[in-house]
Amino acid sequence: MPEYAVPEYAVVHEKPRSFYSLYERKPELQHQTHYCPGCGHGIAHKLIARAIDELGIQDRTVMISPVGCSVFAYYYFDTGNVQVAHGRAPAVATAVKRSRPESIVLAYQGDGDLAAIGAAEIVHAANRGEPFTVIFINNGIYGMTGGQMAPTTLLGRKTTTTPFGRNAWNEGYPLRVCELLASLEAPVYIERVALGGNRQIMKAAGAVRRAIENQVKGLGFSLVEILSPCPTIWKMNPVEAQRLVLGEMTEAFPLGVFRDRTKSATVRPAAPPAPPLAEIPRILGLTEGCESTPSQPAGSSDWRIRVAGFGGQGVLMLGEILIEAGLEAGLDVSWLPSYGPEMRSGTSNCHVRLSSGPIDSPLVSRPNVLLALNEPSLRKFLPTVAPRGWVFYNGTQLPDGCERPDVQAVVRPFTEIADRVGDPRAANMTMLGALLGATGMLTEERVLTALRRKVSSGRWLEIDQRALDSGIEAVIKGVSHES
Amino acid sequence: MTALDRGIVALDSEECKGCGLCIEACPPKVLSLRRLLNRYGYRPAVYAGSGCTGCGICFFVCPEPGAITVLRRGGGACQNN
Ligand SMILES: Cc1ncc(C[n+]2csc(CCOP(=O)(O)OP(=O)(O)O)c2C)c(N)n1
Ligand code: SF4
Ligand code: SF4
Ligand code: SF4
Repeated sequence: MPEYAVPEYAVVHEKPRSFYSLYERKPELQHQTHYCPGCGHGIAHKLIARAIDELGIQDRTVMISPVGCSVFAYYYFDTGNVQVAHGRAPAVATAVKRSRPESIVLAYQGDGDLAAIGAAEIVHAANRGEPFTVIFINNGIYGMTGGQMAPTTLLGRKTTTTPFGRNAWNEGYPLRVCELLASLEAPVYIERVALGGNRQIMKAAGAVRRAIENQVKGLGFSLVEILSPCPTIWKMNPVEAQRLVLGEMTEAFPLGVFRDRTKSATVRPAAPPAPPLAEIPRILGLTEGCESTPSQPAGSSDWRIRVAGFGGQGVLMLGEILIEAGLEAGLDVSWLPSYGPEMRSGTSNCHVRLSSGPIDSPLVSRPNVLLALNEPSLRKFLPTVAPRGWVFYNGTQLPDGCERPDVQAVVRPFTEIADRVGDPRAANMTMLGALLGATGMLTEERVLTALRRKVSSGRWLEIDQRALDSGIEAVIKGVSHES
Repeated sequence: MTALDRGIVALDSEECKGCGLCIEACPPKVLSLRRLLNRYGYRPAVYAGSGCTGCGICFFVCPEPGAITVLRRGGGACQNN
């Protein structure tokens, strides 16, 4: 920022401090925003940044930037930021405000974002009276994607999706968001302002400041709708676009205060603090099997497991029992079922991780344990198994072409063993037993606790327990065909 | 120049995008677009050099965060807001 040292003169208006001095977006454009010349987003940004400066809240402000032309707001505001999915700013703002009540949360949204894809989000956030501030930029169009109709598009206006002009019979009427939200009980402050020239802009500055100040005072939901020019998509020069805001837009969307309960509103009580983690099982009524607090596993482990078979063999269930038991043992776990078109033609598989450290990705592309309940699964996944990994196969011997001398193979007729103890469909549990017996990955107790939690039928619980035991025996005693 | 102007406006020709909103809004019409393009290919706004009242209107209508800085003689509150 250049210094203007002119004797007798003092700076009265300059770039607000809440903007970065340089923008990191592109090396060659650190001095310029990405907005088109004359875009209303720039003016709205300036009004917000000034209000942040004036209220002295820069270090606790969190902007929630949307999808739309203002997606890059985080390059400009030197505040906290979360850039969120299209239309979801009110949901994320709710989360940020509830978990950090001392922060000042500003949800910045376009009209496609707020009034189309995010219409449900804003209605419910307003109805709950979430105590954050929404700055709603209404430029009557989808700017970023090249000019499709927005719910706020004026009647008769041609857009790429209303090539003959917006027709009320076909596309409905311009949606008046302030009026809609003002029918709700909870909002504290709702005002519509515009950027059609300096008089309107000065008024907008006051409204933006008030909406933010309400939050600083701990009052409830505040929203300012700003009628804003988009010269590029409107195919006008910036001066003409500004006149359209002042004229046609202001006629269709009357300016004014639609709700002001700032005087009578009481400071909203902060959300109660979250209960300690250890209390959660009790609150959720998960006391059964939770008497033992999860213990830290001895030593480090990182099991990357792929379970595969045909539909009905209990592949996904095997994975679920594994992670439930892993959680019980205090491990970090993940379970990712792999749904694909092949599911319908028979085979299914899941990715399971049990780790004593944090899990970076739930995908298991290089397993150190493969549980193959049928031959096609073995053929498909055997080549992916890491050297010295484990392979459990449901059969009497490895089929031709499945030699991997560098892995440890446990081959047993798991379906037959399950049939002997009650039901061939418990083959997944005999294989799980073998896994425990061979690797010592988890204790049988942990797995039994998991089973009791997951299997509601008493008859099946019994069968599964017997199947688990016989699977363990099958490896320890070397029952049936050794490989 | 007989008396000092009430205001001075400083324009950053590399941040300005030549939208013309300040020119349209300035009451004494002391701003105009330069003929020479800036580095980005825009014709930036320039100050005539005298006649600024320091009203600050150009600052508020300008969409660029730091393209305009307004100074006023002796500082003080703005009459227009
Ligand atoms: C879930 C999802 N759906 C659609 C899109 C495509 N999309 C990006 S921006 C946009 C509209 C933005 O319009 P608006 O909110 O009015 O903001 P403007 O660009 O006009 O400032 C759409 C539909 C997307 N990114 N994500
Ligand atoms: S397309 Fe419209 S809303 Fe988007 S940056 Fe350009 S002028 Fe602004
Ligand atoms: S401060 Fe007022 S008078 Fe001076 S250039 Fe800006 S708009 Fe014109
Ligand atoms: S309003 Fe700002 S960007 Fe537009 S011409 Fe004036 S100084 Fe340049």
